Amino acid sequence: MIPLAWYLIFSAGLFSIGLLGVLVRKNAVSILMGVELMLNAVNINLLAFWRYLWAPEVDAQVFVAVVLIAAAAEAVVGLALIISAYRRRQTVVVDEMNLLKG
Amino acid sequence: MSAFQIVFLLIALLTLFSALMVVFARKTIHSAFWLILALFGVAATFATLAASFFVVIQVAVYIGAIAILIIFTVMLTRRSMEESGDQLLPGWGWAALVVLIVFGGLVFMLLQWQGIFQPPQVLTAGGENLENLGMALVMPDRYVIPFEVASVLLVAAMIGAIYVAGDHKKRS
Amino acid sequence: MTNWLEDPIRWIAEWLYSVLVGWGILPSVADVILMITGAAILSTLALLWVLFLIWFERKLIGRIQDRFGPNRVGPWGIFQSVADMIKIFTKEYITPQGADKVLYNLAPVLAVASVLLIWAVLPFTRSIMGVNLNVGVVYIVAVGGGGVLAILMAGYASNNKYAFLGASRAVAQLISYEVPMVISLLVPVLLAGSMGLNDIVQAQSVPYLVMAPVAALVFFITSMAETGRAPFDLVEAESELVAGYNTEYSGLKFGMFFVGEFLHSFTAALLFAVLFLGGWRGPFVDQVPLLGLVYLFIKTMVIYFLIILVRASVPRFRIDQMMDLNWKVLTPLSILSFLVTAVIAKVLEGQFLFQVLGLLAGNVILLVLFMEWGERRNKRNRRPMVSQPRPLATPASDETSMAQS
Repeated sequence: MIPLAWYLIFSAGLFSIGLLGVLVRKNAVSILMGVELMLNAVNINLLAFWRYLWAPEVDAQVFVAVVLIAAAAEAVVGLALIISAYRRRQTVVVDEMNLLKG
Repeated sequence: MSAFQIVFLLIALLTLFSALMVVFARKTIHSAFWLILALFGVAATFATLAASFFVVIQVAVYIGAIAILIIFTVMLTRRSMEESGDQLLPGWGWAALVVLIVFGGLVFMLLQWQGIFQPPQVLTAGGENLENLGMALVMPDRYVIPFEVASVLLVAAMIGAIYVAGDHKKRS
Repeated sequence: MTNWLEDPIRWIAEWLYSVLVGWGILPSVADVILMITGAAILSTLALLWVLFLIWFERKLIGRIQDRFGPNRVGPWGIFQSVADMIKIFTKEYITPQGADKVLYNLAPVLAVASVLLIWAVLPFTRSIMGVNLNVGVVYIVAVGGGGVLAILMAGYASNNKYAFLGASRAVAQLISYEVPMVISLLVPVLLAGSMGLNDIVQAQSVPYLVMAPVAALVFFITSMAETGRAPFDLVEAESELVAGYNTEYSGLKFGMFFVGEFLHSFTAALLFAVLFLGGWRGPFVDQVPLLGLVYLFIKTMVIYFLIILVRASVPRFRIDQMMDLNWKVLTPLSILSFLVTAVIAKVLEGQFLFQVLGLLAGNVILLVLFMEWGERRNKRNRRPMVSQPRPLATPASDETSMAQS
């Protein structure tokens, strides 16, 4: 059987890579992809804990479902914002979206 | 090391590699396709956790919907995607350092905790109980309110996205 | 050992297993070998079956259009598709300049794989099936996403703007039609109380075509759209686009898209038969389980025949009409049918006969009301017709405005 630790370290790694993507990419779409990776890491964590600590009960799975829904909503709104910004400013590079800068 | 563990390790390595490629791919469209591979890897991980419902939901929602949406957005915003030059912000080394510290801290904290080595719970035959999940989502004394709030969130996101992304014909 | 007449596949599998273990192969490895062999045989049979389907469709369409159809190679031209296959094998593989090589070559594979993966959960008889997945219906939806992805890959990777436009069209169509399809898939799930396909078949002592005709209709139309068949073939409308997303593909790679498309529409017919016509159920199926295969095959061929008839007789939609049909007709209709089915099935729970009759009546009333409403809406929105033909010699503008007013 796979130790719980492997799942947790794997998901910590995935979370870190997602964070790296959010921090270093220029393209706004890539930043959203990083956020998706982080949410997936969260889901792995939740399901691993469900399997190892809660198994027949389904409470943890409810959280996974809610995270999935939130991820879908986040992706939809984020991508719509990116498209809208691209229409106005012809760019998706986050550094160039600096209208609010004094 | 059992065969199951080797399979898990392969899946995990593949997923982490494609996640790294998502971050470091030169073209944004390539990172979108690497993202799909990473999402498949996560679905496979769910399969090793005996959560078959979430495997198919992961594939249906993430790959069937979100990934395709992302690819579409990348294609629609293609002009600035094709810029030559670096796709990473200057000073990304510092960010990598921060991320390494975060990862190290997470692993360190995990190893402090004793429960990390415990064996999995025993599942009855047939794996997870889908009916229980469905009941839990609609029972008034359990999770019906989060569920409904999530539904409202989804509808609100949909309407908002249509409004934001829609062309209001102001420019012509 | 099981009886070979009852379950020949398992009988063969057990025999092979004993042979393999007798050779000194580990039992777990023997299991894996058997699984891979089964999957390979099933998918090979499915792909070979396409050869017959292509011939069947060409012949039938030929007859509908008052032609002979293929009639040169073999009796009734039945080996025409074999000849075509050999021709397509020997063609040159072209990879266009500037194409994304990996994605370009991956797309046709994914297109076929996404269809073949559906076959893994289809129950062919009571016991012959790949897996009895307890989430079979969601699995079908999930696998369908792979097909969309393949089209997107093909359109992007071939570095051709016509291919890309075709792919955008295709994906818009496929994603839109997924919405009513999923909702109409939910109706059998609701009635059977399970998402496993075999459980759904087992629950159909009365075919769901009788209990939920509206959902069946919506599923039929949307699965035709999902497969890109005739009234919905704007994806590769030969007379408008160059060839859609597979413009740049040649030889076997194009052949794989082609095979995938044919297999997809046959799979859609198979799914319809499983979900709404009772799959392998039929008389004497309890005594001889193998008869289930025959019943399923007959039901599927009837549906496939219908799909071809629709293809041959209905003209292609315009893209706005297609979207209208989806968002203004099929989606509300499927949601309403889901609601009606849920309410009636719950109210009349327990008395099976009344439940069936009530569901049938409810669905018919729903369909009639919906069509009546659509008719009125259409009448209101219809543009006034130009009643008199315009005389040739007079100035046009005055005449038409008078005729319209």
